[in-house]
Amino acid sequence: MEKLKVLWLSALACNGNTHAFFNYPQLEHFLDNFEFIYHPVIDSQYTLKDIVSKDIDCDILLVEGSVSEEFLRADISIVDIIKKYSKIAKRIVAVGTCASYGGIFKESNYSDVSGLFFKEDQEVERFKEFKDKSINLSGCPVHPEILANTLFAIKKELKITLDAMLRPKEYFAYTIHNGCTRNEYFEYKVDNHEFGELEGCMFYDHGCQAPFTHGSCNKLLWNEVNSKTRSGLPCMGCTEPGFPRENLFSTKKNMGIPEKLPLDIGKRTYLTLAGITKAFKIDRLEKKLMDNK
Amino acid sequence: MTPKKRQKYEAIIQKSLELFSSKGFYNTTIPDIAGSLKMSVGNMYNYFKSKDALAKDIIHYISSYLGEKIKLINEEDISTKEKTTKIIKMYFDTASSKPEMIDYFLRIYLSNREVFAESCQGMVCVNEFVTEIMIYFEEGVKCGDLRDQDFFSAFGLFMGYLGGMVFLNGENILPKELDEYVEDISNNIYKALSV
Repeated sequence: MEKLKVLWLSALACNGNTHAFFNYPQLEHFLDNFEFIYHPVIDSQYTLKDIVSKDIDCDILLVEGSVSEEFLRADISIVDIIKKYSKIAKRIVAVGTCASYGGIFKESNYSDVSGLFFKEDQEVERFKEFKDKSINLSGCPVHPEILANTLFAIKKELKITLDAMLRPKEYFAYTIHNGCTRNEYFEYKVDNHEFGELEGCMFYDHGCQAPFTHGSCNKLLWNEVNSKTRSGLPCMGCTEPGFPRENLFSTKKNMGIPEKLPLDIGKRTYLTLAGITKAFKIDRLEKKLMDNK
Repeated sequence: MTPKKRQKYEAIIQKSLELFSSKGFYNTTIPDIAGSLKMSVGNMYNYFKSKDALAKDIIHYISSYLGEKIKLINEEDISTKEKTTKIIKMYFDTASSKPEMIDYFLRIYLSNREVFAESCQGMVCVNEFVTEIMIYFEEGVKCGDLRDQDFFSAFGLFMGYLGGMVFLNGENILPKELDEYVEDISNNIYKALSV
């Protein structure tokens, strides 16, 4: 089977996307279709030195991590390496939120840290000329299936529709709230949650960002089993340009009203609905789902 | 509802408010209201299935009337201090020009919970009004004018104060007109709520 040549470059990164990707259940099948000409962790045909010193043919450039002119790989600025391979590769994929929007390394001491095409939600000039052939797969880390499926879509030359932040709508047109098993608690404004437990919506008090975060975590489960919100941890908004914000475990409110409301829901609409649902006390939702007694 | 029906519906509400205010809620019957509007009782029931349903619609009507007025103030590009004064002035103006409306809210809605228990749980029937007060508070906190606190501690201070003044006014205890208290009360409320 003809394999697409993939170059995985690690910029300012924790390698979280690399490690998450190793949990992709069909990794062998993936490797039958794609060949890493270089990968920071997997054995590959070329070394990093080869990559920076030669012009090696590749189909897809994957970049993990934020970029800064100051950050070097094999004594060469990561910006120069990315520029060189951006010209060679047919498609560029930013893997994870750092490569997409700058992520947590914006807080580091490196100067002018950004994603490939954005710093948070603002476009940056650095690689603008390559934007048309690029895709952002945000997430901290990106869901392995989203990465693999997107690469297969590139291989099959399928049309990939992107949103304004360059993310495939196939996975990012939804909010994390879609498919959350706690929706009933959200609807009736019940946040009697304790971390790790099954009951309660975490939006009202516990900092859950699912209603305004784009992604498919509750459609494509993690490790095919679970998601943060299903297991009892608030969504941290890791696919969004502003990630990470502070105080991930509490909901910022102004006089009782959450500062950030569900995506595109007007304040009056939200308050009207919330005021109505809050009026009803539903005993079933106040109790434990499973009583051990 | 056709415009003509809507007009009739509002006329019934207005007349009911007047009668409830002058004769009392329990002393006013559906035939009384129909009679004073020269309507047949049968026709009245086309609009309201029962006195309780009428009572519920009236509180909705008052809530949306006041809510709409506060919404206009909320949408103005003015400081929280100015909004506070305007909301209080609007509330007192309403209490003076439509005393039966505020009277209904204070003396019937808040005092006869059994009438509203079934269909007006929590704040369902006063949603429009409460929503606008929430927005006034929330925007005040957001722009740094008001102190962040539990909604109800602020709401109680605001509405308790205004309700108390309107009640005293209704009892003819106040030495001055309600309007003359607007400035002092606005200052007091704003000082209590501000950072």
